[in-house]
Amino acid sequence: MTTRHRKPTLDRRQAAAAILRQRGDALVVAGLGAPCWDTAAAGDHPLNFYTWGGMGSAAMIGLGMALAQPQRRVLVITGDGEMLMALGAFATIAVQQPRNLAVIVIDNEHYGETGMQQTHTRLGVDLAGMAKAAGFRAAGTIYSPAELKAWIPRIHREPGPVFAAVKVTTAKAPLVLPARDGTVLKNRFREQLLGAKARE
Amino acid sequence: MATTKPSWPDQIHRLFRSQRVRQVAYVPDFGHSRLIELVRSDRQMRAVPLTTEEEGVALVTGAWLGGERGVLLMQSSGVGNCINMLGMIQECRIPLLMLVTMRGQWGEFNPWQVPMAQATAPVLAAMGVVVQPVERAAEVVETVAAAGRLAFNTCRAVAVLISQRVTGTKEFK
Repeated sequence: MTTRHRKPTLDRRQAAAAILRQRGDALVVAGLGAPCWDTAAAGDHPLNFYTWGGMGSAAMIGLGMALAQPQRRVLVITGDGEMLMALGAFATIAVQQPRNLAVIVIDNEHYGETGMQQTHTRLGVDLAGMAKAAGFRAAGTIYSPAELKAWIPRIHREPGPVFAAVKVTTAKAPLVLPARDGTVLKNRFREQLLGAKARE
Repeated sequence: MATTKPSWPDQIHRLFRSQRVRQVAYVPDFGHSRLIELVRSDRQMRAVPLTTEEEGVALVTGAWLGGERGVLLMQSSGVGNCINMLGMIQECRIPLLMLVTMRGQWGEFNPWQVPMAQATAPVLAAMGVVVQPVERAAEVVETVAAAGRLAFNTCRAVAVLISQRVTGTKEFK
């Protein structure tokens, strides 16, 4: 990797909040660790599904959800480490071409929950390039507030699959922990989305 | 390979329809080839080829959250790829029906298949999956039907292990 490293400057909490402020009736899957706390900090919502385990699952949960609910936008908000564990999901999602799915990586280029070790993205790996090469309809890397502002409507409305890596600093944000019982999270999500059908 | 075309894949496909299965994820195995073909040509179902089996565990979770039932097809070697992800299924009580065709078991030629074959049932059980082995072709459909009811009615992961005795032993020639 010979490219010079470009230092991220965006704040993760502000970026996640700016994206989620315009969620409308979207369904949200949060990847384990800091993206869960970012999503919770932007405001808890019954249509948020927070993963506290199953690293590498977030994008594929989003795919299953997007195929089941083609009329609803599905946003996956996850981290660079979590996404790197599921690179095959880029290929699997691209094959399905879900128009309603956007995968957003809050990319601080580090494993934040385990001691801030560098991830592959700090060492030059380009997640957006990989998503694009797999067959995502749109993919980009966001460094500046202006780029974020331009990408937010695309994340919410552009025909998917859409991928965006939002480059953020490693500054520590206060812990905002959502509910963690898996059945509670599942049941409240399904009841909010499906109503009485959730109990069939 | 089995010399006559078995009827159980067609019956399982009809069963998927009657049990309202909408998403069928798979990493191919020879034993599942007919069923995959039927699912792919059925407009009421979404066939989702995976790059690795654990993707399917996550897919089925998302499908269920979105109100659809999913099934996962794989061979026994793929079970090993799913283990950590099955923790999410257990914690969230997601209904998951897994149809696993066995390799490395009945008259196997390839020694590299044997270790995972031996471990398949114990590791699934260790992750809270209900394991239902089938040794005879005549019992496949009723077992899959019962496993589907158990999975979807009680929100549990259930794996049907279809013996190599049923699918036929792969011949290297």
